[in-house]
Amino acid sequence: MILIILILIPLTAALLSGFSRNARISSAVTLAGAAAVCFLAFRAAFSVISAPGHVRAAMGGRIALHPLGTLILLLVAFVNMTAALFSAGYMNFGKSGGNRRYYLSFNLFAFSMLVVPLIPNPSIVWIAVELTTLFSVLLVGFEKTHEALEAAWKYIVLTLMGAAVALLGFLILYWAARQAGVTQFTWAGLTAAAPRFSPVLLKTAFVLILVGFGAKIGLVPLHTWLPDAHSQAPTPVCALLSGVETTAVLYVILRLLPIVNAVPGIHANTWLLVFGLISVGTAAFLLLQVRDYKRLFAFSTVEHMGIILAAAGLGGVSAHSAALLQLVGHAVTKSFCFYAAGSVLLLTGTRNIASVRGIIRKSPGTGVALLLGGLAIAGAPPFALFLSEFSILKAGFQQGNFPAAGLLLIFIAIAFFAIMNHISRMVFGTGKEECPVSGKTLPASCKATLIIAVIPVIVLGIYIPGLFHRLIMLAAAGM
Amino acid sequence: MSFFEHMSPFVGNLNALAGGLFIIAAFGIVAARQIRAGLRFFIFQSIFLAASAFLLGISTASIHLMAVAAINLISKVFLLPWLLGHLIPEKIYTRREITQAVSIPTSLIVALMLTIGAYFFSQPLLKAAALPAVLRINLPIGLAGILLGAYTLTVRREAVPQLLGLLSMENGAFFAGIAIAPDLPLIAELALAFDILILTFVVGVLTRSVEKKIGTTAVGSLTKLREEPHK
Repeated sequence: MILIILILIPLTAALLSGFSRNARISSAVTLAGAAAVCFLAFRAAFSVISAPGHVRAAMGGRIALHPLGTLILLLVAFVNMTAALFSAGYMNFGKSGGNRRYYLSFNLFAFSMLVVPLIPNPSIVWIAVELTTLFSVLLVGFEKTHEALEAAWKYIVLTLMGAAVALLGFLILYWAARQAGVTQFTWAGLTAAAPRFSPVLLKTAFVLILVGFGAKIGLVPLHTWLPDAHSQAPTPVCALLSGVETTAVLYVILRLLPIVNAVPGIHANTWLLVFGLISVGTAAFLLLQVRDYKRLFAFSTVEHMGIILAAAGLGGVSAHSAALLQLVGHAVTKSFCFYAAGSVLLLTGTRNIASVRGIIRKSPGTGVALLLGGLAIAGAPPFALFLSEFSILKAGFQQGNFPAAGLLLIFIAIAFFAIMNHISRMVFGTGKEECPVSGKTLPASCKATLIIAVIPVIVLGIYIPGLFHRLIMLAAAGM
Repeated sequence: MSFFEHMSPFVGNLNALAGGLFIIAAFGIVAARQIRAGLRFFIFQSIFLAASAFLLGISTASIHLMAVAAINLISKVFLLPWLLGHLIPEKIYTRREITQAVSIPTSLIVALMLTIGAYFFSQPLLKAAALPAVLRINLPIGLAGILLGAYTLTVRREAVPQLLGLLSMENGAFFAGIAIAPDLPLIAELALAFDILILTFVVGVLTRSVEKKIGTTAVGSLTKLREEPHK
């Protein structure tokens, strides 16, 4: 029952905020809905951990929540809530029509992301993933500047091209399942029957889905749209796109792993490792030469998606649990980074790294937030991503996979240097002109978001709560 | 697989004909100079997709596939052009595309090679899974449809032809799908049709915004966003 209500809340919020004439009402409805979703997601997570078999189902199995899905659900719900809170202060609407459209799309986008981990039927999951693109495109182009519209167009064309390729992949997966006599086309049904699948069909399906959805998570060389879309969208949307939309799509690829790994000769792990390392490496070098700080964080998303895929490709429970920790750490940290970047943008009005210098002297709170975000996303101790990156490298070296782990270490170090080089100059540096305009102060909702969003970034680096650790281990065991 | 055993050769030939016309329509989308002509080719392609689903439905006495044919016909042949007509101003349709990245004769040759490539690529798959002879053409043709759609997307610069490229990629996936995954749940088929309408709506709205803001719908020439400094 919780699961059904969980899906209905954003739809209701979309309707209410879409029809209301008042900007405050739309914003309040969205925020209340997001908070309720977050609360219910935590309730659902507790019940999944304690349920026998660790699965919760509703509607006769048409909706089902499994540990890995639970993790994604929690992340989507949390970031959705902080993004709704940030929107309240950040989006300064000129006219009520724009406000309606923003919150309508915002809630529909949240709905599509919440559905992905809840549906056990892969063909419907494909539709949900396609909807995440369709509902977020108008948000990316929301500011209707030349750049925003260009980013939105690139986003829709490249990701939907990928989606069509992935659709063929899913149809071939269906074909393989029918050949193997599977009657239940669900993740669980497919995993159970996987050893009987035809290797050729399964491999083709896997590669098509990896490449198709790889476009959506920004795998090099299909990443070109990502820095554009993830930097041109309004900041709360950037946090959702970079923090959790990519994570939700990555989830689909991770759900395929137990199926493809059950059949010898597919070498799924090698595919993941190679794609992952190429993405990390390319992103690390691109990070060195960015000029726009929102693009900086967008490229870092490419880097982290690559790290997670590579870690998943290393195989074994220790690498898998580290990959999931990285997934969680990335979602909470990256959304926080975008809130900090959005605050800088509100204060200075420029996205150019070179024009922002010494922000900590003008606005200590924003400066500290940006510094914390930069350190955390680059993987400095004591933050969550340091812990997970360390565990991934440890797992890699312990397995004796020195080339992969060594390359990963080098790329992570380059990315660290690149990010900190830009961020430290923005925070402490002195320039000819200090921050341009600075008469403005940050809206209260943005300050509140920064405070709420930083909590998991810090806490997860020091201490992982017992139940949460249990959830990660359960999810890793199912990969 | 005895599922398709009773398919008569006559229906099989008709299905092959639908497949051939489907791919010709895809070539039409690649080559059409006028935007309206491209849209017509897309509608034809959708009709042939529905025809193939209908024929496979007859031969297997599957109400399901006939419903798929009906859903495709309603959503793509009637609702989609209607929606597009409402969203996109008339003057765009009559526009001729002058600046194509690749000349049309070259495009047709590339399209032909892609089609041949699709045929060879699908052979190992067909070998791996038993599929009745009459259904075997759906996979290579569907795959060719996807490749030709992707090619259209990369060489076209106008917004509507790019949309048609996206839609024809999905048509290609469906064309293969009716043969290899004929019993996809009906809810998925309905959701897919709905999804295509949302896609058309979103692209239509975006195209309108682009035209209003930038004054052109040649989206392929938007190149402000890149790493090098500009202005």
